[in-house]
Amino acid sequence: MKIDKNVRLSIKNLSLSFGGVNALSDVSLEIKDGEILAIIGPNGAGKTALLNCINGFYKPQKGEIYFNGKRVTRMRPDKLAKLGIGRTFQNIELYTGLSTQDNIMAARHVLMKQNFITGAIYFGWARQEEIQHRRIVEEIIDFLEIQSIRKQVVGALPYGMRKRVELGRALALEPQILLLDEPMAGMNLEEKEDIARFIIDVYEGQGETYPDTPVLKNGIKNIILIEHDMGVVMDIADRVVVLDFGHKIAEGTPAEVKANKKVIKAYLGE
Amino acid sequence: MSLPSGIFQESYGQDMAILRTKQQWIWLLIFLAVLFTMPLYSSDKIMTLATMMGISVISVLGLNILTGYCGQISLGHAGFMAVGGYVSAMLTANLGWPFWAALPCAGLAAGLVGILFGLPSLKIKGFYLIMATVAAQFIVIWLILQFRGFTGGTDGLAVPRPELFGYVIKTKGAYFLLVMIIACLATFFAKNLVRTRVGRAFIAIRDNDLAAEVMGVNLLSYKLLAFFIGCVYAGVAGSLLVHYFAFADINMFPFGDSVWYLAMLIVGGMGSTTGAIFGVITLKLLDEAMILAGPALAAAFPAIAAQAAASLSLIMRGLVIVIFLIFEPRGLVHRWELIKAYFKRWPFSV
Repeated sequence: MKIDKNVRLSIKNLSLSFGGVNALSDVSLEIKDGEILAIIGPNGAGKTALLNCINGFYKPQKGEIYFNGKRVTRMRPDKLAKLGIGRTFQNIELYTGLSTQDNIMAARHVLMKQNFITGAIYFGWARQEEIQHRRIVEEIIDFLEIQSIRKQVVGALPYGMRKRVELGRALALEPQILLLDEPMAGMNLEEKEDIARFIIDVYEGQGETYPDTPVLKNGIKNIILIEHDMGVVMDIADRVVVLDFGHKIAEGTPAEVKANKKVIKAYLGE
Repeated sequence: MSLPSGIFQESYGQDMAILRTKQQWIWLLIFLAVLFTMPLYSSDKIMTLATMMGISVISVLGLNILTGYCGQISLGHAGFMAVGGYVSAMLTANLGWPFWAALPCAGLAAGLVGILFGLPSLKIKGFYLIMATVAAQFIVIWLILQFRGFTGGTDGLAVPRPELFGYVIKTKGAYFLLVMIIACLATFFAKNLVRTRVGRAFIAIRDNDLAAEVMGVNLLSYKLLAFFIGCVYAGVAGSLLVHYFAFADINMFPFGDSVWYLAMLIVGGMGSTTGAIFGVITLKLLDEAMILAGPALAAAFPAIAAQAAASLSLIMRGLVIVIFLIFEPRGLVHRWELIKAYFKRWPFSV
């Protein structure tokens, strides 16, 4: 296989079916370094199913997924996380019994080295490592402006805040590629603007404002975004892929996709 | 959220500390001083009760890691204690090992057996996993009965008392101190474990196993690790129990105890180290109260005396669990947090 250095993630002829229902049929797409890719489509088009295939939740029956040129099809989710794929969920999936800070800290799991013995002894090695990672978690908390809920249990937080905590948790994994499943669903305009700003800031990188956190300092240069709000998609996405009934029906810049007849048909009918 | 009022942290290390103020340190030292001087002024009866509480605390701390933190409900905890108890008994009685070598082996053996019975946990959850752990309880006891050549079967096995530099630990007070030292260490390890990386992974699995996997937690190895650690605690507790009575017998590890350990967690508060300790103390005291109340009740109602004496304890046990599940499902520790918060904010608390 010819490996294009600029292609971070490439999906080839992916098919996924549940019984007789084809969730995805022969979908191929690529995400290149330095682009925000939006996946759009009507309800049930297979957008979330595609994300679930990428991070190992679903095992596609056909097709292959390559991450950094390496075949990762049907790999376990925790191994993919270790390789650098981070994501958020459409329906928030936080650890409801933990505080905001611990939720984000829990995502540092793959980057920490202590085991159950050093953890149980705590003093010395584990404490040192906890402090070092806590500093990074605090930078993420600062970045997302959730300082005031740092010690609150997330189960009791309002929806918009939980969405932010989940974004923070995905960032704390320091992924190379970030999958965002409807990060703005159910939000009002102001909240959407906040999240859009966070996404752009994460993408661009914040330099020395957050010196200890590489992911905030350098940014995440590959973001896949599922979003229904066309205004947001047109504004922040470099490229758009349109799914309908599990088929990829269009791909291109936001302007191209907007003018595509098939897309208009999928959304509005004949 | 749970900061003492008017205390400010200046470093992350301070913020993560459990004991933050001088007062808290003083209270801890007073508590430890009272605890370790108890043999000086306590009767044998109280020493026995406190030793039993200490052993149960060790066992329930293990169950708390497995069930309260990792969310894998186990109804075979007494069975895992039996593994530890019998391994320790066989090593000391049959092979003449010293207690100090047998104790870690007992923990390790119980931990390994725990991993074995934890294997189904990747595929099955909730009710079905409970059934698998119930099987552990009965299989362990059955095996002990089958290998009577090593274990003594139904006759039991006489076990030597622990020795320390030639001194045989045989008084109740001395054994109490041994149990309490191990219980304090067990509490220290449990508390630290659940606030660091591994503990957060356990809680992640409990609260949302799908998300935990996406965030890089290997579900199988961490569920098995929870079984291992929980059962190491059980094994150590089993070993201490056997050496306390200088005798190993299957009736020391009944299925009822497995249920009762879970009840202690519910009453104390699942997913809290303090809660586990509260639960053990409360329910052990309840048991004692029932033993005292039995004869009084029998005298008052002679017609049902025989039945009352036999079933009062069981009825009360069931009643307590039901009451807690309805009125305080988060356990005593939740109440304790509310009381602490009240005094912290006093006089502004309502």
